[in-house]
Amino acid sequence: MAEEFKPGCARPSGGPVGEKPKMEVEKEIITVKKETGMIKVGQKAPDFTAPAFHIDKFINVKLSDYIGKWVVLCFYPGDFTFV
Amino acid sequence: MSVDSVFVHKMWNDNEIKKMVEGGVPYPMMSDGGGKVGTIYGIYDENAGVETRGRFIIDPDGVVQAYEVLTPPVGRNVSETIRQVQAYQLVRESKGTKATPSGWKPGKTVLSPGIDLVGKVWEVWKVSEEDK
Repeated sequence: MAEEFKPGCARPSGGPVGEKPKMEVEKEIITVKKETGMIKVGQKAPDFTAPAFHIDKFINVKLSDYIGKWVVLCFYPGDFTFV
Repeated sequence: MSVDSVFVHKMWNDNEIKKMVEGGVPYPMMSDGGGKVGTIYGIYDENAGVETRGRFIIDPDGVVQAYEVLTPPVGRNVSETIRQVQAYQLVRESKGTKATPSGWKPGKTVLSPGIDLVGKVWEVWKVSEEDK
């Protein structure tokens, strides 16, 4: 039976359960160096583009278009996450 | 910016935020499906599949001057963000010759670091200014 859960501020997410599906390549483990560390203050902000909703329109935003202005970039866990 | 689609952003803005803030969110609500941008900024939580509450102040040269990262259940303090932007703007306008002491607000004492100020901060700035 499906269990009820109390929604918190992080958006609930699922994932695979039970036996792992058999992968064709089981032994080949490739180590990929991921760049997941925190960026540093005093260094350039990584540029990006992202679709956005802005005053009744959908637009594409590019960070480098804001050179010459002060920017506050905020990330958050999800819409409707209460705080 | 969150991992939600722009369609969900529109629904949240139109159905909830507009009831709290007149006109809704005035700035772009960006979508970061898959957390690719959040990952390069170091604030994407891979296990939860969402961004944490990361906030970055980026100056006119595109340089990150400050950031703050909170876990999901605690909201930000917007007035503190504005205070920090005002402080960084003052420092930038002074071409780096000025510095703002702890708890500085516009109109309060600004310091001019240099050899004459070494060991003399106590003469020009009081800890009690922080509370005013």
